[in-house]
This record gives sequence, C-alpha cells and structure tokens, in this order.
Amino acid sequence: MTLQAHVRVAFDTFALDAEVDVDDDELCVLVGPNGAGKTTLLRALTGLVPLDAGSVRIAGEVVDAPRDDLFVPPERRSIGVVFQDYLLFPHMTVLENVAFGLRAHGMRRSQARARALEWLERVGLADRHDAKPGTLSGGQAQRVALARALAPEPALLLLDEPLAALDVQHRATVRRELRVLLAGFHGARILVTHDAVDALTLADRIVILEDGHITQVGAPDEIAARPRSSYVADLVGVNLYQGVAAGHAIRLAQGATLTVAENHAGPVLAVVAPSAVVLHEAAPAGTARNVWPGVISGMERYGDRVRVRVDGDLPIVAEVTADAVNALGFRNDSRVWAAVKATEIAVFPS
Amino acid sequence: MRRDRARTRVPGVAGAGAAVAVLFFAIPLAGLVWRAPWSSAWDVLRNHDALQALRLSLVTSILATAVAVVLGVPLAWVQARVAYPGRTLVRALTTLPMVLPPVVGGVALSLALGRRGLVGQYLDDAGVHLPFHVPGAVAAETFVAMPFLVLTLEAAFRSTDRRLEEAARTLGASQLGVFRRVTLPLARPSLVAGVVLCWARALGEFGATITFAGNFPGKTQTLPLFVYVTREGSNPDAAIVLSLVLVVVSFAVLLSLRDRWLSVR
Repeated sequence: MTLQAHVRVAFDTFALDAEVDVDDDELCVLVGPNGAGKTTLLRALTGLVPLDAGSVRIAGEVVDAPRDDLFVPPERRSIGVVFQDYLLFPHMTVLENVAFGLRAHGMRRSQARARALEWLERVGLADRHDAKPGTLSGGQAQRVALARALAPEPALLLLDEPLAALDVQHRATVRRELRVLLAGFHGARILVTHDAVDALTLADRIVILEDGHITQVGAPDEIAARPRSSYVADLVGVNLYQGVAAGHAIRLAQGATLTVAENHAGPVLAVVAPSAVVLHEAAPAGTARNVWPGVISGMERYGDRVRVRVDGDLPIVAEVTADAVNALGFRNDSRVWAAVKATEIAVFPS
Repeated sequence: MRRDRARTRVPGVAGAGAAVAVLFFAIPLAGLVWRAPWSSAWDVLRNHDALQALRLSLVTSILATAVAVVLGVPLAWVQARVAYPGRTLVRALTTLPMVLPPVVGGVALSLALGRRGLVGQYLDDAGVHLPFHVPGAVAAETFVAMPFLVLTLEAAFRSTDRRLEEAARTLGASQLGVFRRVTLPLARPSLVAGVVLCWARALGEFGATITFAGNFPGKTQTLPLFVYVTREGSNPDAAIVLSLVLVVVSFAVLLSLRDRWLSVR
C-alpha cells in the first residue's frame, strides 16, 4: 500500500475527515462537489496543510502524525503534484521546469538537464524544451507539468483537476493522452475531478468526497450503477457501456447494439444519462432505433425523482419524476420499453 | 504594444495648469543648460577635485546600494510575508527616511552613530569611525536610499503567486531554495527597479551626508556636496557642469525605468 492516510483538518467553517488508501499502480479518482475538501485533502497529503489529527503514511514512511508530533515538510515527501492551472514556473524554460525537482534533490546540473530532456521526450515535447511556459497550449502545459512532477520519481502522484483548465474541444484528446501517460507511471495516483467522464474513464477506483467526508468508494461501473447519494447519482450515476464501434453502431459486451449520432471506430465507452432514457408502457411507435424491452427490477427515490432500473437485453437505468411513476403505475416487475435518442449517447474512446 | 485611446478634449483650465507645471519642471533644467560653460566643460570635468568627488560618489552610492540589497531584501520579504504585531509600525519606521528632511536624518545619525552617539561611542572604541570617513557617507546614503528598494520589493513579494512557491516545495526545494530559485527571480523586474531607484537616490544624497559624514574632500565630499561648495566659492561654473552630469544620470535612470514608473497603465 503506497498511501495510507487518515486526514483530519478543521478550519473555521469546514472540517475534513477522510480515510484514503491507494495501492501501488492504482489510479484513484477523487470526486466531489466544489468545497467538498478535495483540494484540502491533496494539500494535507503534500504537507502544505498540516493535519490536525490522523496520520499520513507514504511508501511505508509516516510523514504526518500530530499525535506523535511528527511532521515531514513538503520538500521531503515523495510526492509529485500536477496542480490545477499547472503552475509552471514562468521565468524558466520548459526544460528548467522539468529539471527543477531533480536539481532540488541535489542532482548535478548537466545530469538533471539530460534527465529532464528524457522526460520531455517521453511526453512528446522534447522539441519545445527551450520554450517558455507562456507559449504552450493547455495540453502541452499539462504534459510539462506531468513530466515535472514525475521526474523526481515520487512514490505518489497527485493530480488536481488536470483537465479543468482546458476547453471542451481539447479535453477529449488531452484526456486520452493523459490516460496513456498515467498508465506508464507505476506508482499510486490520486486524481481530483468533478467531471463524471474523467472519473469514469480514468479511474481504477472512485472515491466520493462530500462535505468533508467520504460517502462512497467503488469501481467506476459499481458507482455508476449504484450511486449512494443524490449528488453521486447526478454526477456519475450514468449508464456506462463498453463496446466496439464501427461507424454509427456500437456493439456492446452485453450483446445489444447502440446506434449513435457520430462515427467512431474501435473500443469505446458509451455513456447515457438516466435522464435521457424515456420509459414507455408499450413499444413506442416511430423510428427510434435504441429501444429495448425489459422488466423493472428496482426503483430508488432521490427527492422528487426516481431512478428506475430496467433489466433486459440492455440493463439500463432511467430517471423519471415521481409523478410519472405514479401516473404510469410503474412497480417492480412491470414490463416497460426503454428508449434513447442517438444524440443522447456520449461516446469516448477507451 | 500601444493601445489606441479615444482622444480626450483637454479643457482649457486643465491644459493651462498642466502646461505651467511642466514649464516649472523644465525651466530650471533649461537654466542649467543655458548657463553651462560649454567651452570649458571638459576642463571642469578633468579637474582633480571634481573627478575625486565624482569617483567618491560612484563608490559610495554603489556601496550604499549593496548594503541596501543585503539588508533590504530580507526586510522586504519579512514585511511582505510575516504577519507579526507591529508590522505597520516597522513599515512606517523604515519608510520615514523617504519623507523626513535628509538633514534631520543626518542629525539623527550623528546622535546615534557619531563619535559620542548612542551606538557610535562603542563603534569608536572598536575602531570603526563613521563621521568624516567613507563608511559614514555610505551609511548616510543607505539610510536615505534603502526605503526605495524595500518598498518596491515588498510590493513585488506581496503579489507573488504563492502557489508557484508551493509547487516548488512539493518538488523538493527548501524554503531558501524556493526564495532563491522562484520568489526572487519572479520579483526580478521589481528588484532591478528598486536597485536603480535606490542607487539614484544614493547618488543624489546631500543633506544627511553633509550633516552626518561631513564635507571632507576625498572621504565624504560626494558630487552633490562638491557642487554646493564650488557654487558658493571659487568655481560656480564647475557647479553647473557637475549639476548637469547628475541631471543626465538621473534622467537616464528614469527613462530606463519608464515602463515601470513613467507609463500609465
């Protein structure tokens, strides 16, 4: 276990009390609403915020334990951080940025620069080594930040909203690059996000943090299928399918085929928001192609909305209003038809 | 890059007032240029006493700037970063020389560091003599000029993106390493501006120097003192030429800092 942490930090109006363990080679995605304490948790792990109680153990070494009056400052913890906005040093070149950690750990200048250049090659930016960070695109800056964080070979890598600074057009590409780069790092990783797609596509395990407390932990498909709170349901409580795309059709592992609006090829992840699923009492008329018959196997109520679980050729969750459930007389074992428009299916290469 | 601005029509009163103000600053310089003995200017500059004063001015002002950097950079950092009781008081204290008449500063320095001053008596016993010696001139200039460096740099340290310093720490840099490799380089434009302003102020120092260090040729008689003495006495022409030298130097300094101090943002 690379990281074992029980973080308790209290401010005037906010208390964080969270236990997080991350294995070697595991990518743990920390998800939570704004103000839930995600960034505070990361800062506590790095030592930028000292614990009030609890303990942090990294690669077997205790680095913070207030009860034993033990505190290892940030510069002596084996942690690499990719910050929100990346925080590259604007007065240094890309190469000097990446070499910074190596130099700080006492490596000789020439050796540090050579090593930094290797890292830049690994992230595909060796040709920009002489550039100033201000001239990089968001995706490039992120890769430099990643190389800078990884160069000193930390046991634990923290990424604070690494995709939030990017515009929507570039997110998908950068997310894919990030996944490849992260797969090459064999240490524990924690990635903070409040984006469902980031969480579902990148995580080995998802940890949900709400109002300073961990409310749910599980594999992505597990959490997507069985969200335990309305926040989780809204955020990651989606229908998640793996399949292989060819043109407008995605053949799913379950055997069913999805028709989507755009062309895709190869292995993909398809995401359908429960609110986009329409339930009918009988086979709907018209030309909608994503229609499956099934049987209601469960209903969970969140406020005035109900998540209706439908079993059939394609297990799917629909979110409808409580009024609709009453009006249509849905109950467990009711036979229904679930329909989804092609344009409502989001597809991500996997 | 220059931004286009909408043309503002200048109201008569403002235009007239502004014009008089500009003239008020410009005419004295014109006076210097007008009365300068251009034909003998070169001889004045080659005069032994004048050269000695010029050399002494350069040496003392550079030393004063060096002392100001060594002491002022830590002071600026502490003032910007450490919240301690009495910080406002300390800021007022260290800014005081900027608003105090320099002569008053000189008197105060005498009473503190003079031969029989509060601290000076012990310095004297230890063989350190400030009045009538070069270090005295340096001390007077440092006293008056250091606030310029401290205030400029303090503002820069205050506005540093602290998150960059945190990033440096997570990469393994010690606090001193962070300061040396991140904080100070980020504040470089302000450091340069502060150093130049401090040096220019030290170069022009008159009141504190003559009051505290005295007017001792070769030891404490810097260029401004020499200008004053020669004007009163034997060689008013030399005073004008050397004044022009100081004007040119100071003007060049301000122009070199135009982006920082003279342009409107």
